[in-house]
Amino acid sequence: MTSAEATAPGGALLMLAILLPAVGILASLALGGRNAERIALGSAPLSLAISLAVVAEVWRAGRPIVYVVAGFAPPLGIALRADGISAVMLVTSALILPAAGLFARAGFATPPGAPEQRGALAFWIMLQAISAALAIIFVSGDLFNLYVALELLTFAAVPLVCVEGRAETFAAALRYLLFALFGSIFYLLGAALLYGAFGTLDIALLAERVRPLPAVTAAAALMTAGLLAKTALFPLHLWLPPAHANAPAPASAVLSGLVVKGSFFLVVRLWFYVLPALPAIGFDAILGALGSAAVVFGSALALMQPRLKLLIAYSTVAQIGYLFLIFPLGSGVHGWTADGWNGGLMQVLAHAFAKAAMFLAAGLLYEALGHDRIAKFSGAARAMPTTFLTLGLGGLSLMGLPPSGGFAAKWLLLRASVASGQWLWALVLLVGGLLAAGYVYRILAPALSSDPVALKAPPRRTGEAIALTLALVAVALGFAPDSFFQFLDIGRPVLATAGLQ
Amino acid sequence: MSPSIIAGFVGAGLVGIGLYALIVNPEPLRKLLAFNVIGNGVFLVFGIVSRRGAIAGFPFDPVPQAMVITGIVVAFAASALAVALMLRLAEEAGRVTLEADKSTKPDEGARSP
Repeated sequence: MTSAEATAPGGALLMLAILLPAVGILASLALGGRNAERIALGSAPLSLAISLAVVAEVWRAGRPIVYVVAGFAPPLGIALRADGISAVMLVTSALILPAAGLFARAGFATPPGAPEQRGALAFWIMLQAISAALAIIFVSGDLFNLYVALELLTFAAVPLVCVEGRAETFAAALRYLLFALFGSIFYLLGAALLYGAFGTLDIALLAERVRPLPAVTAAAALMTAGLLAKTALFPLHLWLPPAHANAPAPASAVLSGLVVKGSFFLVVRLWFYVLPALPAIGFDAILGALGSAAVVFGSALALMQPRLKLLIAYSTVAQIGYLFLIFPLGSGVHGWTADGWNGGLMQVLAHAFAKAAMFLAAGLLYEALGHDRIAKFSGAARAMPTTFLTLGLGGLSLMGLPPSGGFAAKWLLLRASVASGQWLWALVLLVGGLLAAGYVYRILAPALSSDPVALKAPPRRTGEAIALTLALVAVALGFAPDSFFQFLDIGRPVLATAGLQ
Repeated sequence: MSPSIIAGFVGAGLVGIGLYALIVNPEPLRKLLAFNVIGNGVFLVFGIVSRRGAIAGFPFDPVPQAMVITGIVVAFAASALAVALMLRLAEEAGRVTLEADKSTKPDEGARSP
């Protein structure tokens, strides 16, 4: 029995990060539509302040900070833990959610005197629910608690898809929900098997107790398959393009930028934190191969889409593929692991900001042109230069051209794959970059022609500014200093058997 | 064969039947029922686990039972949400199928504003 963990100084911040949006949801429900918007946007600076405080606290302590809920130590109670990646993801979500919220005021604000709409109330509540669910996913240290958080995330994300109430959005939302339910029930079955074998679901305790049993292999396979369905990794990606393309633009930005990263974060937690002691049985190669297939198929399908939002959604399928290269390139103890690990996480962040920016820009284009058919964009870049600059900068990061977060991510992954002699992944990275260049060119090329274009509405300046800011963050990530990667490393488990490798 | 082994097999069987139904049935309502069958199988497995994973010296471990109750609530909420979506889809589209989804066809272009 390990000694009981105690709440670290600053640990209560983790509870606050979860409680703030949870209280906001209850208050929004009680106070109604007009106030829901004020609460959602008003609590955003607080939420950002809390996540920055978590970063400062983790940085100061140099190790994960812990909060033991209600003083019951694991295995009976639940511990919240924030390490480097949790803190960074908390900040990412605290930046992207309010950006989407501010952007959404054009569609979901309730102006004075106007009747309150059900859709608007649902939107602002679900935005806060996503914030709460992501906060739990990023800091929880208990696999069952994480199951509940995953479900909360799904229940918040599915209504966002169909908040506009058109028939095709309901079909897309239903398909999304069915995939997600399949995913969560298999995750739960895996959790049951782990509990049966080791009597705890606390991540730190499990990591100490896990032995290579058949039940553990089965549990790992079930939980991974379930999480892959939620992350939309090829070939379980079928739900993603219709869901992300049909949602309103700010919702698409949140779904593509943050929500799929939630379940990916859990796959990382599972393999790097719970099961590092499991002997290599080829799981990381399988995940890498599925990721590579996603890069190729997703990019190829993106090249064929006639609509901008569908193109961006298929590009999400492809970019999710890169994330899974972290498993073959970031696991074990080798000289290149740090590069693979940092590259995978940088891809999470760069894609979150770049894709959110691109979906918001696509929303602006749709508002101004009344359609999002790429073939009819000719000349639009002259009328809306800021929007196309945003698409271009986001595309820069997706392609992996310097200077951008996407470049840093792909460069690190490439270095890891060359250093480890795993050339296949390097090939995938290069082909994926070429294909991404192809679909970004498809968006920009017709728009840069000098044809006259008739705008239905002038572009929204604030919306353009928000989207451009997100794209600039994605570019700025390319300049992340070494200390940033040292911060990401805080709390990264290193195999105890390092000498054996 | 002890009762807990039998119950374990029944749980595994339910998961298998549910998974089969989930894959072969195209209708969303049947998929939802299949999800519930899998769910019951998983809850049964949790019941067995509570006999084995006793951690605090209880004859029966209460933690998995608490998890099952939470799981049932979550599954109920999920089913309710899915049924609500199906009802709205039937209202709007007059059908509840996921095949030949219009929005995924490449040629169904711009939405009407």
